[in-house]
Amino acid sequence: MITYENVAKIFGSGPEAVTAIKNISFEIEKGNLVIFLGPSGCGKTTLLRLTNRLITLTRGTITVNGQDVMKADPVKLRQSMGYAIQQIGLFPNKTIADNISTVPRLLGWDRKKIQERVGELLAMVQLEPAAFRDRFPAELSGGQQQRIGVARCLAANPDILLMDEPFGAIDPINREEIQNEFLRLQRKLKKTIAFVTHDIHEAIKMGDKIAIFQDGNLVQYDKPEIILAQPKNQYIADFVGADRALKVLGLLRVEEVMDRNPSNVVDGKTSANEALKFLEDKGFRHLVVLRGGKAVGYIHPRQLKYETSPVQDLAIAYPVRVDEDMALRDVISFMLMHDMRVLAVMDGDGNFAGTVTYDQIQKRILEMYAGEDEKKPAKDQE
Amino acid sequence: MEVIHFMVNNAARCFQLTLEHLWIVGVACTLAILIGVPIGVAITRSKSLASKVLNTANIFMTTPSIALFGIMIPILSPLGYGLGQVPAIVALVLYSQLPIIRNTYVAIMNVPPELVDAGKGLGMSSWRRLREVEIPLAVPVIIAGLRTAAVMSIGIAAIAAYIGAGGLGVLIQQGIGRAYAPMILSGAILVSVLAIFVDGFMALLERLVTPKGIKVGRRMRHG
Ligand SMILES: Nc1ncnc2c1ncn2[C@@H]1O[C@H](COP(=O)(O)OP(=O)(O)OP(=O)(O)O)[C@@H](O)[C@H]1O
Ligand SMILES: [Mg+2]
Repeated sequence: MITYENVAKIFGSGPEAVTAIKNISFEIEKGNLVIFLGPSGCGKTTLLRLTNRLITLTRGTITVNGQDVMKADPVKLRQSMGYAIQQIGLFPNKTIADNISTVPRLLGWDRKKIQERVGELLAMVQLEPAAFRDRFPAELSGGQQQRIGVARCLAANPDILLMDEPFGAIDPINREEIQNEFLRLQRKLKKTIAFVTHDIHEAIKMGDKIAIFQDGNLVQYDKPEIILAQPKNQYIADFVGADRALKVLGLLRVEEVMDRNPSNVVDGKTSANEALKFLEDKGFRHLVVLRGGKAVGYIHPRQLKYETSPVQDLAIAYPVRVDEDMALRDVISFMLMHDMRVLAVMDGDGNFAGTVTYDQIQKRILEMYAGEDEKKPAKDQE
Repeated sequence: MEVIHFMVNNAARCFQLTLEHLWIVGVACTLAILIGVPIGVAITRSKSLASKVLNTANIFMTTPSIALFGIMIPILSPLGYGLGQVPAIVALVLYSQLPIIRNTYVAIMNVPPELVDAGKGLGMSSWRRLREVEIPLAVPVIIAGLRTAAVMSIGIAAIAAYIGAGGLGVLIQQGIGRAYAPMILSGAILVSVLAIFVDGFMALLERLVTPKGIKVGRRMRHG
């Protein structure tokens, strides 16, 4: 756990003094990944560097796992947390393996353990261990160097990580993969992480909570969906972007809105005229056709007129597979592309699990943004 | 022609004087490194101290050598070392301080700040950072300073013959005394050849101590 209490930092003194952090109080809970977000110069790096005492507090208190950082031994304090510096900062005279193992060597791990750990970390950052181990930083691309920087910060498996734009130089495809890998690891290891980024997508995807800064102030500190749904003021609304409803959809999963017991289902062996009667009685516009627990497709009344065969022969297959953990953003995208308002959802074994509809998604979004108009009048906040 | 004659006829003496010359310079350079590098590192911690130390070293370097040898005599005489190799070596050590201290200081100050930050941030002590990062990166520049110091010392050591230090300066000194040009020239030529040889050796050393990762980086940048 990291707590910031009335933290302020002023660089220099007299007329040239720069106030980088004004008066910030908040807390990063144990096991949480907290994003520091904000425009250039708002004080994100400064706050990280105050945390591991690379720079000295002007006012206030920072505690890490209960210990006041200003009272800790700085070398021990820093060894206990991983640090990935914004400028990457690999040691050019050392091989990749030696760069990664910097902290384990400081802690006196034995050689075999270090070697294994280096291999593990290289694989984690998607670089072939055998090919990269003995190279030098100058032989790597910027994005590859940055991945080594991340590996170096994780090397001794610290409980606390301070990461300053750790994926900023990595190309979008690899970044996506490393983010996923990192999240997977984080779910397992539950580290306490302060993670700086400029990238709102990355913030929403990675953060348990997001802290948004402006000119050395903490403006909002909330879960991503709350920041997207209820930005505290116009500054944050602008920062998260006009498409924030779509961004919320990126966060929500099918399982949160789906109907697990839809009544508009029909067994595949049912004959067409029976199904048609069922449809008309209930006033449904279409039915999901099931066979052996699986959704084989859907039918609507037009297809059933003057037919007698079982509906499974008439059903139209769904054009896409929708899983329970799929983001609603993708579902909406399918619905728009295929002009459908309802899709069948499958569970992990491919069995029918329920349906997801356009109306359910919209309802959920409206719920999240309910009351926004009262909260948003930016005028009286400025 | 006569010069070659002289050298061939006095080959053993020339060789012995060359070795003596090399010995004086070698001892002086070794001591200069042992003193200068730690000073150069130490003054990176304080800007005001750095400028004081560098100015002092500058004064030594700009003092005419003959004057510095002269000053050594009264200072070292009470210890029984007014003349001979000791004052010569002391003077050369003083001369060498500026290039060595300055190069050490500049090289360490020029280590990119993000590397210092990364080292600190990962929990390296300042001693450890010095040993693993700053010194390895600075060493080629320090050797370049030593190279300057060594070549300069070879020249200055020739004058140390006047305070009885021996070395190739003896040929020049005696040649002047006897107004015998081939002898003077032999001394001068041998001093130059020695300087060229040492300079080449130092260039090689500079390349050898450059960390592999840095060489790789240079190759990548220059294709
Ligand atoms: N060592 C320093 N001396 C003086 N001013 C500094 C120093 N370090 C940072 N600042 C100032 O403090 C403010 C905050 O800087 P900081 O590096 O924390 O910004 P940042 O949010 O990390 O920006 P970026 O996204 O560009 O990395 C800036 O105005 C910067 O100029
Ligand atoms: Mg920054």
